[in-house]
Amino acid sequence: MVEHRPVRDFVAHLILIVGVIAVAFPLWVTFVASTRTFEEIVSVPMPLTVGSHLQDNYEQVLTAGSERGSKAPVGRMLVNSLIMALSIALGKIFISILSAFAIVYFRFPLRNFFFWMIFVTLMLPIEVRIIPTFKVASDLGLLDSYAGLILPAIASATATFLFRQFFLTIPDELAEAARIDGAGPMRFFFDVVLPLSKTHIAALFVILFIYGWNQYLWPLLITAQESMYTVVIGIKRMIAGGDASNEWQLIMATAMLALLPPAAVVMLMQKWFVKGLVETEK
Amino acid sequence: MAEIVLQGVTKSFGKTEVIHRTDVTIGDGEFVVMVGPSGCGKSTILRMIAGLETTTDGEIRIGGRRVNEVEPKDRNIAMVFQNYALYPHMSVYDNMAYGLKIRKFTKDDIDKRVQRAAGILELGPYLRRKPRELSGGQRQRVAMGRAIVREPAAFLFDEPLSNLDAKLRVQMRLEIQKLHRELATTSVYVTHDQVEAMTLANRMLVINAGTVEQIGAPLEVYDDPASLFVAGFIGSPSMNFMPGRRAGDGVDVGEGLVVPLPPALRATAGEQVTVGVRPEHFVPGTGGEGPRFRLRVDTVEALGADSLLHAGFNGTLLVVRIEGHATPLAGSSLEASILPGKAYFFDTVTGKRLAG
Amino acid sequence: MEKRVVFRSAWLPYVLVAPQIAITVIFFFWPAAQAVYYSFLLQDAFGLKSQFVWFQNFVDLLRDTNYLSSFRTTAVFSFLVAASGIAISLLLATMANAVVRGALVYKTLLIWPYAVAPAIAGILWAFLFAPSIGIVTYYLKWIGLDWNWMMHSPQAMLLVVVASTWKQISYNFLFFLAGLQSIPKSLIEAAAIDGAGPFRRFWTIVFPLLSPTTFFLLVINIVYAFFDTFGVIDATTQGGPGNATEILVYKVYYDGVKAADLGGSSAQSVILMFIVISLTVVQFRFVERKVQY
Repeated sequence: MVEHRPVRDFVAHLILIVGVIAVAFPLWVTFVASTRTFEEIVSVPMPLTVGSHLQDNYEQVLTAGSERGSKAPVGRMLVNSLIMALSIALGKIFISILSAFAIVYFRFPLRNFFFWMIFVTLMLPIEVRIIPTFKVASDLGLLDSYAGLILPAIASATATFLFRQFFLTIPDELAEAARIDGAGPMRFFFDVVLPLSKTHIAALFVILFIYGWNQYLWPLLITAQESMYTVVIGIKRMIAGGDASNEWQLIMATAMLALLPPAAVVMLMQKWFVKGLVETEK
Repeated sequence: MAEIVLQGVTKSFGKTEVIHRTDVTIGDGEFVVMVGPSGCGKSTILRMIAGLETTTDGEIRIGGRRVNEVEPKDRNIAMVFQNYALYPHMSVYDNMAYGLKIRKFTKDDIDKRVQRAAGILELGPYLRRKPRELSGGQRQRVAMGRAIVREPAAFLFDEPLSNLDAKLRVQMRLEIQKLHRELATTSVYVTHDQVEAMTLANRMLVINAGTVEQIGAPLEVYDDPASLFVAGFIGSPSMNFMPGRRAGDGVDVGEGLVVPLPPALRATAGEQVTVGVRPEHFVPGTGGEGPRFRLRVDTVEALGADSLLHAGFNGTLLVVRIEGHATPLAGSSLEASILPGKAYFFDTVTGKRLAG
Repeated sequence: MEKRVVFRSAWLPYVLVAPQIAITVIFFFWPAAQAVYYSFLLQDAFGLKSQFVWFQNFVDLLRDTNYLSSFRTTAVFSFLVAASGIAISLLLATMANAVVRGALVYKTLLIWPYAVAPAIAGILWAFLFAPSIGIVTYYLKWIGLDWNWMMHSPQAMLLVVVASTWKQISYNFLFFLAGLQSIPKSLIEAAAIDGAGPFRRFWTIVFPLLSPTTFFLLVINIVYAFFDTFGVIDATTQGGPGNATEILVYKVYYDGVKAADLGGSSAQSVILMFIVISLTVVQFRFVERKVQY
C-alpha cells in the first residue's frame, strides 16, 4: 500500500478479528455444546467453555444415534455421505471431461446440439423440478439406493464448461505434435490432456465434493430407510420437538461431524478450493 | 531421406483459394526455406506437406510416394513448431522418446537414439528436466531433438526461431546449419525473416499472397529479383523504389533525373516503369559515372561500420548506405549517383521485372 | 473459439458424450418436460383422475394470495441476503487486502463456512437463537428484547437471513479479495499522488473497478437465495411462522410433497424455471461483456 499508518492498520486488524470471531462463534458454541450434557445446555445461559462429555456424546451418535429423535447411527450416515460425495465428485469429473474432450477435439454431426443440451442444464437446478425427477427416479427403481442418490446429481454443465475452456487453451501445436508422433485421440487424451488437467481436476474435486456432501433436498426425498440417510438429512431427523426436548448435545455433535469433513477439505486444499471456485464461475 | 514433390497443389478454405497452383521439387538432402510476410500461405504449404491440412487439389509426394491421403504419423516426417509444442508434463527425455514409444521401439533402441540426439544438441545434462525449467533456446533444441530421434525422411520447421531473442536466434541459426551439414536430411523451413532465409537456405521460395513468386539460391534471388515484391522483401534495408515514366531511352523519376535503360530492355519497357536501387548501390559525391542528382539528408543512422542516410528525393525518402565515418549532417544536401548497371527496372503495373 | 486441429472418428465422439447426454436426458429434460406437462393438469383429490386444464393452474396461482406473498417474501429475503452478504464481505475483503501481515491467516479463517451445508448452517443458528435455551436469545432478553422467532415473523426472517448470509460471506469474500488484488497498485498510487485520501480512493477508484465483481456476485447471491437456501429454511422455520419465511422453492416442495398438489406445484416449477433462465441469461450477458475488458 501507499502509506503505512499504524492507526489504520490497527483498525483493519480489529475489523478482521471481529469478523473472524463473528464467523467462528456459531462453530465454537456448537463444539462446546457437543462436549456437554443435556442439563448443562438447557441451564440458561449455557457455559461457553469445553465440557467433559466430548467422548460420550460422539460415541453415542456415531454408534446409536439420538435417543428421543432418530435412532439411526451417525457412523453409517457418514459413510453414506462419503460414498455420495465421492461418487458425485468423481462421476461429474468423469463424464464432463469425456464430453468436453469430444466437443473440443472432434467435429461431428449434432456436436452443437449436444453442447447446447448440456448448457441448458445449467439453468435447471434440481429444486425446480423435484416432483417429476422424483417420479422418474421412482419409475427406475432408484429410491433408497446409492444410484438414486448419485445419478441425478451427476450431470454438470459447470464441469463440462470448465474443461472445455481449459482444453481450448491447450496449444493446437501440442495436438499436432502428438499426431505427428503417432498418437491417436485416446492416446493423446490419456498421455497429454489428462496429465495437463490435473490441477483443474483437483480444483473441481474440492468444489464438487462439498457440493455432493451438502446435498439436502434430493436425499431428503429419495431416502426413506434410515440405513440410506446421509448425515445432513440425518441430523434434521434428530430434531424432534421443541427447544427443551431436543438432545442438543447429540445434535451438535452430529453437526460437528457433518461439517468437519468438508471444512477440512476446504482448509487443507485451500489453493485448489480457491482455484475451483474462481474457475467454475468464469 | 527423400525428395518432396508438390505438383499443382492448391488449397481452398470454403470458396477462397489461399494457395494457388504450386509446383516445387525439393531435392533429397536439400535445405529449402519458404519465406514471405505473415499470412502469405507459407505455413499452410508446410502443414499440407505435414498432413495437418488437407490438400484441395494436386499431389504431394514424399520419397516418391503419394501422401495426400496419408496420416501425418505415417508420412515419415518430423516437425518443429514455433512455440516448441513440448509436452509440458513430460521430461526432456520423455518428450523425445514419446514418438518412438508409440511406434513400439524397444527400450534400448529408444535410449540409444535419445542419447545420440542429446549428444548432438548438447542436451545431456537436461534430460531429466521439465520443459518449463529450460531456457527458450534449450526448449527449441529439445523440439529439434524430438524430430531428430525419429530419423525421418524430412524435417519441417515452422518459424522455429521466432520466439527467441535476437542473440539466441543468431546462435540457433548457426546450430541448425551445422545440424543440417551433419545429418543432411531434407528440410523445409518456414520463416518471415529474410535474414534467416538468406543464411540457411540452399534454395529459397519467396511466397506472396498464396503464390510462389520466385525460387532460387539466396544470392541469385537477391541479385536477380523477379518482381517488385521479391526485390522489396529480400534485403535489409529494403530496395528503394522510384516510380517513373518512360522518357526516350531512360526512365524519368522526377527532379530531372533520367535513369538510362539498358539497351536490352528498351524494346520491352512500357510507359510506367519503377526503378529500384539497393541502398548500397548509390555513389555519394561527384565521383560516380551515372547521372547525378541531389538528395536532402533527413536523418542519419550511424551504425559504425556504415551509416544509413534517409534522404528526401522527389517527395519520398530514399535509404542510402555509405561508409561509416563519412556522415553528412542531417539537413545538409548531398550529391549522388547510381552505380552503373545496378539499377533494377520493373513494370509498375504488373510488378514484374523487365526482362530483355 | 475453435480448435484448428481435430481428430477424426465416426463413432468415438458419440461414445464420449454418451454418459453425460444420457444422464442429462433422463434426469433433466424428461423431468422438465413432465413438469411442463403436469402444470397443465388438474388432479382430483385422490390423485386418480386428471384433467387437462390448459393454463388454469397458472391462473389459480396468480390469484392465490399465498403464492403472491411467497413471491414478496422471496424478494425481501433475497434482497437482504444479497445486500448484507455483499456489504459485509466487501468490508472484510478490503481490510484483508489492506493489511500487510496475516492476510492469508484471515483468509483461511474466513472461508470455511462455505463448506457448511445450508441445513447445518440453519441448525447452528437456530440453536444460538433458540427461544428458550439459545445463548444469543439469553443476551437479547437481557437487553430487554422479546425474542422468539417461532412466534414473530420478522425475527424468523432475520434468523434465516443471518444463517444464509453467514454461509455465503466466504464466497463473496474470496471473489472480492481476488478482484481487489487484480487492481494494479500503480492506479492506487497515482490516485494517492493526485491527493486522494483512502476513503476517496476507495469510492472513486476501487469501488468502480470492482463493479463487475459486485454485479456478478449480486446475480450469484440472488440465485443462491432463491434456490440453495432451501436447507436453511427447512431446517429452521419450515416456512413459518404462518407463511412468513415461505420462499418460492420451499412452496414448490411443500405443495408438491406435503400437500400433494401435483398441478399447482408443477406450475410453480415452470415459473421458477423461467426465473432461473432469465437470471442465467443476465449473468451470461454480463460474462460476455466482461470478456471485452
